[in-house]
Amino acid sequence: MSGNKGLLKSSVAKKVVMGLTGLFLITFLIVHAGVNALVFLNDGGQAYLKAASFMGTNPLIRAMEIVLVLGLLIHIIDGIMITAQNRKARPIAYHGKGASANSTWYSRSMGILGLLLLLFLIIHSAHFWIPNRSNQFATGHEIDLYERMKFIFSHIWVVGIYVGGCIALAFHLLHGFKSAFQSLGLNHSKYNPMIKTVGMLFAILCPLLFALMPISMYFGFIQ
Amino acid sequence: MSSGNMNLTLKIWRQKNASTAGKLITYQVADISPDMSFLEMIDVLNEQLIQKGEEPVAFDHDCREGICGMCSLYINGRPHGPKYGITTCQLHMRSFNHGDTIIIEPWRAKAFPVVKDLVVDRSAFDRIIAKGGFISVNTGSAKDANNIPIPKQNADEAFEAAACIGCGACVAACANGSAMLFVSAKVSQLTLLPQGKPERKERVLNMVGQMDAEGFGNCSNTGACEAECPKGISIENIARMNREFLVASLTKKEPKNSGGGAM
Repeated sequence: MSGNKGLLKSSVAKKVVMGLTGLFLITFLIVHAGVNALVFLNDGGQAYLKAASFMGTNPLIRAMEIVLVLGLLIHIIDGIMITAQNRKARPIAYHGKGASANSTWYSRSMGILGLLLLLFLIIHSAHFWIPNRSNQFATGHEIDLYERMKFIFSHIWVVGIYVGGCIALAFHLLHGFKSAFQSLGLNHSKYNPMIKTVGMLFAILCPLLFALMPISMYFGFIQ
Repeated sequence: MSSGNMNLTLKIWRQKNASTAGKLITYQVADISPDMSFLEMIDVLNEQLIQKGEEPVAFDHDCREGICGMCSLYINGRPHGPKYGITTCQLHMRSFNHGDTIIIEPWRAKAFPVVKDLVVDRSAFDRIIAKGGFISVNTGSAKDANNIPIPKQNADEAFEAAACIGCGACVAACANGSAMLFVSAKVSQLTLLPQGKPERKERVLNMVGQMDAEGFGNCSNTGACEAECPKGISIENIARMNREFLVASLTKKEPKNSGGGAM
């Protein structure tokens, strides 16, 4: 096998692509959580709407939106390819079950967690992103996302789905964050503890922040 | 039954050959001493089977002192059984209790086809080694100590990687059937040392290429391999192999046909 020809097909490259797109999607999560956390100012959505409107209309951000969708698609397709190959790599399953002694359940369930996240993402974009962008396309104006949030999060089952999505995200990140560094070859005894700690904090705090939004709106903590 | 000895129920994977389907068969063994090794316990079962005129259970073993990498049983859901840092031959029956049911299976991976019962064909590892797990430059006869300066840390890390006995427990433990730990240990062992540097890029590209061609799965960094490895090989080696592979892929030049040279 000559170097570059096999690069993208190789198992190592698939890991690297997974890690790079994963870290890129994490930067999106940071921005998304940051903007949405403005609802906690409890100012009737003023600050949030200002930030959301900037994100929805700024040409640079809109261009990045396309990159984001591409990044997500690559992450998903790479994940499907990896999962399909991994299934083939062990055609007959074990009868004895002892994997909990050597690895965490969520590290072994990244595909299923990813699938749950994809289902959540479809529901979530049907709630906000798709109606907003189609309204922009039709009328040139964004919808009032704050009012829409209050409406969507007035149903307890919707809040349940969002909290469930956040829990799936937390476990996906709990493995994914540090795994991305390992895949990129960034494993060093000096930095590993920091990567592990930052990853764990992010995996807990980011989904928690997201989950608190529908919960606070449902219970009327945010007006 | 002397005190402390135990009776056990064994569920053992029996498979005639690679082309027939296998299944778990239940056997009983009695009066097993806690001081027996796991393989000696299977020897006892096989004596019983032979006396009854039945086919004994085929399993791999050689040195029985934990250094050859030949024994390979997947016991109660874990390669080399319930203990960490040992091979199956170093597992003793004191790790089990009277009345236990023990499920014994072969390593399961597409790249490790079952030969018979608990014996799998691990020649995929040999073919990966044949692609670059060696040094083909002439290193001469044994040198005086410290003739080639090697940083202590590199020497230690290369030595730790070289502890791999190629048993395949990493593949067996991995949820994805990936061979990354094995291949990365072999790549690391050589790439860390001066004698391994000339073939550094070729080696990692060719060995990873062969690993993929054999049908091993993709690593997802669960760390199961590292936890189950009888020699404690670290997944730091996998990160090193990822780095080596990326650099080699991006920088390797096509060789010129000028002849000569180490490559």
